[in-house]
Amino acid sequence: MSKKTVLATQGAAGEVTNSQAQQPVEKRESIWKDVLDGIVSNKAALVSAIFILLLALIAIVTKLVPGILPYDPYEQNLAESVQGPSAAHWFGTDIQGRDIFSRVLVGTQITLVVGLAAVAISLTVGVLLGAIAGYKGGKWDTVIMRIMDMMLAIPSILLAIAIMAALGQGIEKAVVAIGLVAIPEYARIVRSEILAIKENDYVAAARVIGDSNFAIVFRHVLPNALPSIIVRATLGISSAILDCAALGFLGLGVQPPDAEWGDMLGRGRNELFRAPWLMIFPGLAITLTVLAFNLLGDGIRDGLDPKSRKR
Amino acid sequence: MLLEVKSLCTEFPVKRGVVRAVDDVSFEVSEGEILAIVGESGSGKSVTSLSIMGLLAEPGHVAGGEMTFDGKDLVHLSEKEYREMRGNDMAMIFQEPMTSLNPVYRIGDQIVEAIRTHEKVSKKEALTRAIDLLRKVGIPSPEARVRDYPHQMSGGMRQRVMIAMALACNPKLLIADEPTTALDVTIQAQILDLLRRLREDTDMAVLLITHDLGVVSEIADRVVVMYCGQVVEEAEVRLLFDNPMHPYTLGLLKSIPRLEDDDSKRLYMIKGMVPNPLEMPPGCHFSDRCDSCMQVCRERMPELVQVGDHKVRCFLYEEQDGHAKDAAEVKANEEKAREAIEAAREVSTAEALIEGDVAREAEEGGADER
Repeated sequence: MSKKTVLATQGAAGEVTNSQAQQPVEKRESIWKDVLDGIVSNKAALVSAIFILLLALIAIVTKLVPGILPYDPYEQNLAESVQGPSAAHWFGTDIQGRDIFSRVLVGTQITLVVGLAAVAISLTVGVLLGAIAGYKGGKWDTVIMRIMDMMLAIPSILLAIAIMAALGQGIEKAVVAIGLVAIPEYARIVRSEILAIKENDYVAAARVIGDSNFAIVFRHVLPNALPSIIVRATLGISSAILDCAALGFLGLGVQPPDAEWGDMLGRGRNELFRAPWLMIFPGLAITLTVLAFNLLGDGIRDGLDPKSRKR
Repeated sequence: MLLEVKSLCTEFPVKRGVVRAVDDVSFEVSEGEILAIVGESGSGKSVTSLSIMGLLAEPGHVAGGEMTFDGKDLVHLSEKEYREMRGNDMAMIFQEPMTSLNPVYRIGDQIVEAIRTHEKVSKKEALTRAIDLLRKVGIPSPEARVRDYPHQMSGGMRQRVMIAMALACNPKLLIADEPTTALDVTIQAQILDLLRRLREDTDMAVLLITHDLGVVSEIADRVVVMYCGQVVEEAEVRLLFDNPMHPYTLGLLKSIPRLEDDDSKRLYMIKGMVPNPLEMPPGCHFSDRCDSCMQVCRERMPELVQVGDHKVRCFLYEEQDGHAKDAAEVKANEEKAREAIEAAREVSTAEALIEGDVAREAEEGGADER
């Protein structure tokens, strides 16, 4: 509040127009500040953000210093096969006698990398296609968006499986499959945003000062579409994680002995009644992570939505 | 001559036919001149300016005619060559300053971009120039204001910023498309003042598109009156206001309320509506609404002819063979047009009186019954 008053007095000293503007004197720093405001003002989003940061920390630390883990996540110890949670093995052990706690922690690496990389793929391609379709219009629009419609018509997990079948197994191929499948969603959002934004006078003004189409799209149109892209991308990470887990569950994701939550879930399902911890802990990890990204996305959306922004 | 437009035709193909938004329009703008194009909505004035800037939206296109700017042929310019000219040699400002600036950038950055699109200068140098430009267009403490976002400024301020952006590369021609329509009268006067001052300082020509005759009388050197895509009259500003010839111009000027007007009379109104561009009357486009309409007006389109210092498109001043009538006849016909308008005005006043009487009687009748 005090900051605002200072700004207001500075403004009044500088010129007289602010009184005419009839707008509260408010310093809009940047869209990222709005994102941060949205997260901080929403408790669930804040907790989620902290949880995600923690996950990232775990992923990085377990990658760099594997020794910090209580057990080697890949070492089989058949003598301790399928033991329930105990002081020695917090989350129990799996059929090969590997420590599930260690494997869940190591699993964050694959989960986060897959989530981010898949979103990066769908974001880049989707934004590009959506921008071309929305800005160029006409034939470009028709061709691109009909292809997107065709992709949307096929259930995404089925499409991902088909792509995996064509590409072969492996985590990087899973990333490509998950990334490709989500492209239409981004393309649609960006296209509709651009259709609205390109009618603005400042786009016409940019053409008048001699900007090229490329400059107009990247300097004037896309930055204004950024809020919805950011929100969609955050939520997109959670669906990418879920898709990755689904592929893992179906045995299409990682190659053993790599630890991946969906894969762990899939391998544990035969022992569901005998050893429920085989599924409970990886399942919980997936649920919490997806929930965290969803809540974070909600918080960011609130922060970027001018209607819900507190004045 | 800086800009020469000769028999420009701009067409928009639509489902039901082809709309000729600009039909055989010719005019010239010389260096340092302020030329106003006036006309009501749909008269083709904005499309004319967009045709000059090469910014027609699909499927609109220039269907014929010539445009020469500073010796260069504009009609056959490639998109790339056009881009180099826009902002550099010719600039444009818009009607709606509230939306003409990109909300996500500081205004300084937007002016810097305008400069750096055409000139290879460092960011720092461009920023210094941006501050100078802001000072030139009358923004107080420009050093601080360059860091403002558009939403922190009022409409008048934003229009000044737009003008600063347009001036960034010292254009030879500024097209101002209703620059003051969205502003209140005080700010309007300031902006017009600014445009006039800039013209004097930089010898930049201004093509002012407006429907506000008040603005025209205040700032323009010469006026082109457009109706339904055609030029109907062109003259020096004083001449046009003191001695309007075309019945449309006459009607426009008559429909401005004046203090010395007789209170008992109604304000003059041009009757009817602008015709649908796909269903133009066969003769003169204005014939259906004209108080001096003659038989020939419904059959043939008059030509734009030179009558004295005016150019006018009307059979009152033109012989059937396309030549201007002699001075005496022109004088007489001018008088006739004025009388026709006065007569139309009296008729509408009388009609209004009768209507008022009927309404009053009905009211009194209603009161009696009660």
